[in-house]
Amino acid sequence: MNAKEIDQQTLLQNEKDPLTHTPVHLLSLEGVGKHYGNIIALSDVTMAVDNGRVTCVLGDNGAGKSTLIKIIAGLHQHDAGVLNIMGEERKFTSPRDALDAGIATVYQDLAVVPLMPIWRNFFLGSELTSGFGPFKSLDVEKMKAITLKELAEMGIDLRDVEQPIGQLSGGERQCVAIARAVYFGAKVLILDEPTAALGVKQSGVVLRYILQARDRGLGVIFITHNPHHAFPVGDRFLLLKRGKSIGYYDKKDITLDELTAQMAGGAELAELAHELEQLGGHSDVVKEVQAEVAGVADVADAVQAGAPRHA
Amino acid sequence: MTQTISKTPPSKTPAPVTDERVAKRNPLQKLLGRPEVGALVGAIVLFVFFASVSQTFIQPNAFATVLYGSSTIGIMAVGVSLLMIGGEFDLSTGVAVISSALTASMFSWYFATNVWIGVILALMVSLAIGFINGWILMKTKLPSFIVTLASFLMLTGLNLGLTRLIGGSVSSPSISAMDGFGSARAVFASSVTIGGVDVKITVFIWFALVAVASWVLLRTKVGNWIFAVGGDANAARAVGVPVKATKIGLFMAVGFCGWILGMHNLFAFDTVQSGEGIGNEFLYIIAAVIGGCLLTGGYGSAVGGAIGAFIFGMANKGIVYAQWNPDWFKFFLGLMLLLATIVNLIVKRRAELK
Repeated sequence: MNAKEIDQQTLLQNEKDPLTHTPVHLLSLEGVGKHYGNIIALSDVTMAVDNGRVTCVLGDNGAGKSTLIKIIAGLHQHDAGVLNIMGEERKFTSPRDALDAGIATVYQDLAVVPLMPIWRNFFLGSELTSGFGPFKSLDVEKMKAITLKELAEMGIDLRDVEQPIGQLSGGERQCVAIARAVYFGAKVLILDEPTAALGVKQSGVVLRYILQARDRGLGVIFITHNPHHAFPVGDRFLLLKRGKSIGYYDKKDITLDELTAQMAGGAELAELAHELEQLGGHSDVVKEVQAEVAGVADVADAVQAGAPRHA
Repeated sequence: MTQTISKTPPSKTPAPVTDERVAKRNPLQKLLGRPEVGALVGAIVLFVFFASVSQTFIQPNAFATVLYGSSTIGIMAVGVSLLMIGGEFDLSTGVAVISSALTASMFSWYFATNVWIGVILALMVSLAIGFINGWILMKTKLPSFIVTLASFLMLTGLNLGLTRLIGGSVSSPSISAMDGFGSARAVFASSVTIGGVDVKITVFIWFALVAVASWVLLRTKVGNWIFAVGGDANAARAVGVPVKATKIGLFMAVGFCGWILGMHNLFAFDTVQSGEGIGNEFLYIIAAVIGGCLLTGGYGSAVGGAIGAFIFGMANKGIVYAQWNPDWFKFFLGLMLLLATIVNLIVKRRAELK
């Protein structure tokens, strides 16, 4: 049980991208930080994204996941550290900026307009037109055809692209958003908690599309708080807690149990059990928590022993 | 090898490939899904009603008058509908129309220029009012209700104050003898005779504006953006739609419509009362809402706003032709608004379920 953290420096120096054989990462963050007034939302985060790899960002609520993706997606600007795109230092001032650099984001709330038809949503912001000058009009038939084709290629069999996107299920909407990003030539695809609001089956469907996007050569950033969703599809795992990075692992160096233990935080669970006992909580519940603590502590100890964390 | 037994006998002509999950919606249901259909039904009911109670109502001349009345609301309703689909609304439109007319009139009168110079200046002022409304809204992120209520009050004051300050009276001086008045009147306030019936030019301007607005809304990038900023501004921004520019542009489009109506008022009556226009903003909003534009944005049509204006015009003139007391008109209008919105709501829900 050895969980070895990734050292970004050696990663940057030695690793060649498996698909492009370029020595630089598609996207990399080094010591990136962000504060809102006196609130430090994110500090010293280091990670890398490569073609055909899935980098998972894990963390509980308030861990700084949203801040991190907002920086990469151009909604916020970082105020410490470096954001590199293809080895070139960048700072995005708008979402359009990030989109132009090939970074597409599928937000938790999906960034779709529920009342608009699927095809209008698919091409929103990048509409196809024909004609010239002030008489440019939308190429409706072409856009509808492309929407149907692209969605079919992602394995999404939709009924009618004219229906409002609000009528689709959560999973289907995720898939439309992913297909849209893939079609518009995204190199980096950020998925913000795509499985958070979905049932088990729908989550499975979305995870499959993540793998499809990866196999098409995209660098995927998958943000989630569920290690069970992250582990099967991820290649690298960045763990965030209270705005700080608490671990950065390669898949070969870590197991699902270790990942879960790191995320849950053994010490906190022990504290919770103690607190419940003090409050005279239901004995069954306390026992259950204690059992959980025991399980997590074992794994966490192993993780700690295996990899002394470097500051 | 398994053989499937087909239940349907093979037909000679291959059926078009359709998804079995898409039930054939009959054309009527498809029609019911349109935003303006509630208003259309209302318009037909109202037309039949007035036609049955009043003989004069269906005569060509009377109908042309109804159309003219509709057009003075409808021209503004085009801009207001687009704005409402874009998720905002504007309370300053009624007085902004008068501001535009006063600008053209007072400027050309005071400096004794050709009236066309005043007309061009008025266009710039109208667009600027729209721009400022939109710009303040985008900068402060206040609700458009507050921002445009403020500009409504300010414009009301400016209209009265400046008119008295410059012209010394509450109405603008007559400009009918000035250079360019004739040609400007021909453009903004003339009539066209069709089959012996005088039809005011505003009717044609109105139709043209509705056509252009419909085309923009349904067949251009900008139209897509208008629906998007009204439906979900954050989502639109995230996919790269210029939300601020779209919304400011919509306010300027409203300003443009206000300019046309202002010029019509000026050249039809040649003087402008500086206190006019107050309350008209609600008529434009009512027309848009009756026409199926959602107050919350993201849904509606320019044609709907036009039908809403037509309903207004019919009710307004119909009461006169039916020889009823026009005092009842406002009550009637309120009732229409309530019924139309309820019908829209029901129709929309039904259509979405099916």
